[in-house]
Amino acid sequence: MPDLTRLALERARESGADYADIRVVEDKSESIHVKNGIVSALRSSESKGFGIRVLYQGAWGFASSSRFEEDEVKSVAEMAVKIAKASTLARKERPVELTPLPAVRDSWTSKVVKDPFEVKLEDKIATLLESDRLLRTDPKVRVADSEMGFWREKTTFASTEGSFIEQEITESGGGVSATAVDQGELQRRSYPAAFGGDVSQAGYEWIEGLDLAGQAERTAREAVALLSAKQCPSGTTDLILESSQLGLQIHESCGHPIELDRVFGTEASYAGTSFLTTEKLGNFRYGSDKVNIVADATIPGGLGSFKYDDEGVAGRRTVIMDHGLFKNYLTSRETAAELGQESNGTMRADGWNRLPIIRMTNINLEPGDWTLDEMIKDTKDGIYMSTNRSWSIDDKRLNFQFGTEVAWEIKDGALGAMLKNPTYTGITPQFWGSLDAVAGKREWHLWGLPNCGKGEPPQTAHVGHGAAPSRFRNVRVGVGKW
Amino acid sequence: MVGRENALSLIDLALKHSQGDQTEVLLRGEDSYLTRFATNHIHQNVGEKDATLAVRVIFGKKIGSASTNTLDEGSVRRTVEKAAEIARLQRENPDFKSLPDPSPVPETDGFSRRTAEISPEDRAKAVGAVIAKAKAKGFEAAGAYSTRARELAIGNSLGVRAYHASTGADLVTVAMSPTSSGYAEQSEVDAARIDPGAVADTAVRKCAESVESVKVEPGEYEVILEELAVANLVGYLARLGFSALGLQEGRSFLVGKLGQKIVGENITLWDDGLDPTGIVMPFDFEGVPKEKLTLIEDGVAKNVVYDSYTAGREPGKRSTGHATPGFFGNFGPAPMNLFLKPGDATIEDMIKSTKRGILVTRFHYTNPIHPVKTIITGMTRDGTFLIEDGKVKGAVKNFRFTQSVLEAFSNVELIGKTPKLIGGFFGGMSVPALKVGKFNFTGVTEF
Repeated sequence: MPDLTRLALERARESGADYADIRVVEDKSESIHVKNGIVSALRSSESKGFGIRVLYQGAWGFASSSRFEEDEVKSVAEMAVKIAKASTLARKERPVELTPLPAVRDSWTSKVVKDPFEVKLEDKIATLLESDRLLRTDPKVRVADSEMGFWREKTTFASTEGSFIEQEITESGGGVSATAVDQGELQRRSYPAAFGGDVSQAGYEWIEGLDLAGQAERTAREAVALLSAKQCPSGTTDLILESSQLGLQIHESCGHPIELDRVFGTEASYAGTSFLTTEKLGNFRYGSDKVNIVADATIPGGLGSFKYDDEGVAGRRTVIMDHGLFKNYLTSRETAAELGQESNGTMRADGWNRLPIIRMTNINLEPGDWTLDEMIKDTKDGIYMSTNRSWSIDDKRLNFQFGTEVAWEIKDGALGAMLKNPTYTGITPQFWGSLDAVAGKREWHLWGLPNCGKGEPPQTAHVGHGAAPSRFRNVRVGVGKW
Repeated sequence: MVGRENALSLIDLALKHSQGDQTEVLLRGEDSYLTRFATNHIHQNVGEKDATLAVRVIFGKKIGSASTNTLDEGSVRRTVEKAAEIARLQRENPDFKSLPDPSPVPETDGFSRRTAEISPEDRAKAVGAVIAKAKAKGFEAAGAYSTRARELAIGNSLGVRAYHASTGADLVTVAMSPTSSGYAEQSEVDAARIDPGAVADTAVRKCAESVESVKVEPGEYEVILEELAVANLVGYLARLGFSALGLQEGRSFLVGKLGQKIVGENITLWDDGLDPTGIVMPFDFEGVPKEKLTLIEDGVAKNVVYDSYTAGREPGKRSTGHATPGFFGNFGPAPMNLFLKPGDATIEDMIKSTKRGILVTRFHYTNPIHPVKTIITGMTRDGTFLIEDGKVKGAVKNFRFTQSVLEAFSNVELIGKTPKLIGGFFGGMSVPALKVGKFNFTGVTEF
């Protein structure tokens, strides 16, 4: 391996590159999906390859290939430089500069108690079939989904600055959902979260801890109950969000707007830009004094945890919002240089064939000192919403609308009737300005989100969000005609 | 690119190593390049060469899948063995009948050598032309120019052998001022047909016309949806309703409604992978040949799409050639080459006929809230205009909509006469602009 990485960097240099790095990546995954008593998908996949990133006279080039062989390594290095030379035809007025970085030689492996790729397939299937059986106890459940997935990525990073870093990350996740249908109505409940469940940087012990079978019957019961539940009313009310939905709220309305490449316009034609422009750094009131948000790549188990990012910068904990004040962006070596800062290590690529871009790590709302019970008791009129069903936000990350799978009304400090088709909407700083209660550590959970999309060609990142149930005052709910 | 001969040899090699009762081998190759620009400079410029071999091995009714992108003989053999090992550990799937038998695959042409061989300099020059137009107006341009050559080869142990190579080129750009933005895009099989100047002109014009925008109250409006906005809604309509799997599982809005009127009589929608005005795809991801299939005719729901698995679950049904790649997900069949029947109106006709309405360039971040009711939410973006008394009054701040797609397509008053080709994840669609009588905007943002 070191011979070929060295060859790649040498060939890039000889072709004219001022800087080059190479990432050699081996991805392995396994996914199992049980639907209505049938193992509907059982797949194993492997993908290997390498990508070379070069800077030539202050302009970028990147080329990649699945054939990690001597002749291909040389040819791809030359292609990367050729592409970078073409980039100079429409170059930035100020050539790209990278913040200084000392050379690092290190290796790191994420913690795994039970290697998920060594656990017998029969045992995994049996667990899912048992969950599936328990999900289908009511005939109104037309679709029962039980799934688990495992991922392992081995990355070798080497740069012309002398860094050589090897990392290996293993992730495991799973979940169940029940879709109930009756008389033209369709409702779904999921556990522990929607869209594939909850994923962690961990081994099979994570799946065992989820106890999918133990939660299946309740999940199905709630899906069926939703069919005859009251429609979520329209109006303005106090809103308590369960922590997985709050995790997605943080993702869309905090995590994305703090990506400095997006702020600089690099996603403008695709996912959009950010309202959080650079003159707001250090002085913009993003939310109430309860809003304490950090980006933390050092938390064990987080899907956004790593020792080094894909530029070789060490992962770290960065304060993003301090008592509601906006303090820091997520940065890279190129973007941090433009603000006169050092990179805070958030560049990640989706596999060997993608260029690293700024990605969320674990973007967490720090715990407060309430409990969910205390919040409900303290609320005269409100709604408690749980588990994401839909999400949408404008291209500067201001106007958002979320739908959840389920809600319950809150009357005079107690949970009341179940509500179906709940939605809420708002404008980011006003919404976070209305946060007045955050539950404490005991109810705080680090959620794993394996499907964050960004970039062209498209990239999917695995990121984390720590959150506890929280209350927002005077939020518009029940949007649209039903 | 692996090439026809090598791809089919690799498939034969994999089939030779399989002990399964039935085996399917799919090879997808791609050489793709993308030049991305923002704030009037190229900031990302990438290239990729990859090919993945995916194998399904079947013992009786037990199915196992494995894939690899290492294509030497040893890796191919190991991938077949892995799929077989998984299949042996599988449970029986009583609904599985058989992989498809071979059928003649039509000869089609969707490959442009010029596009496959386009250089990084050519892409950079096209991007430079877009940037120059934006700069001339004092705007900033962002976007991407991507070109690709793709190949799909499929073989199975029943004798299916199919290979198709295609190319594509897409130029997208958004022109931006401090207070406004305008968007345009062009997709072609042949990169030589991409006109960077024309794409830039549209984006720059929309940006210039939006520099000053006013906030208009949300509510129910007449709307003129340009082609990109229409494509977004048609995509959801197809995805939420027209898959046999959704229908079989009771998730589709078409449950009990096939043969009934579901939208206005002026709406006809079909899928056709062979139409050269679309993105040609002669066979699906199981090697079943494509043919034209009407989904909605004069407002009446006519057909849903099948793959071999969903066809096997209903007596008398056969695959319509709409299998999606098994290794990609668990989606079931999907329409991938959609055509919405054009009408006879121009955008100008639509504007003239509008008393008070909104013209939408495109939608952003749309997502279904309720799939059976086809209620979708999303934002407008990059050129949203108020129309009063038959004239464009000026730009407005962007709206959030929360709207049933079926309801919108029941209220179409005018249909554009010139459809636009819009590329998709697989395939693409060809749709005209629409004027819709009633459309619900439920919120407004600050720009």
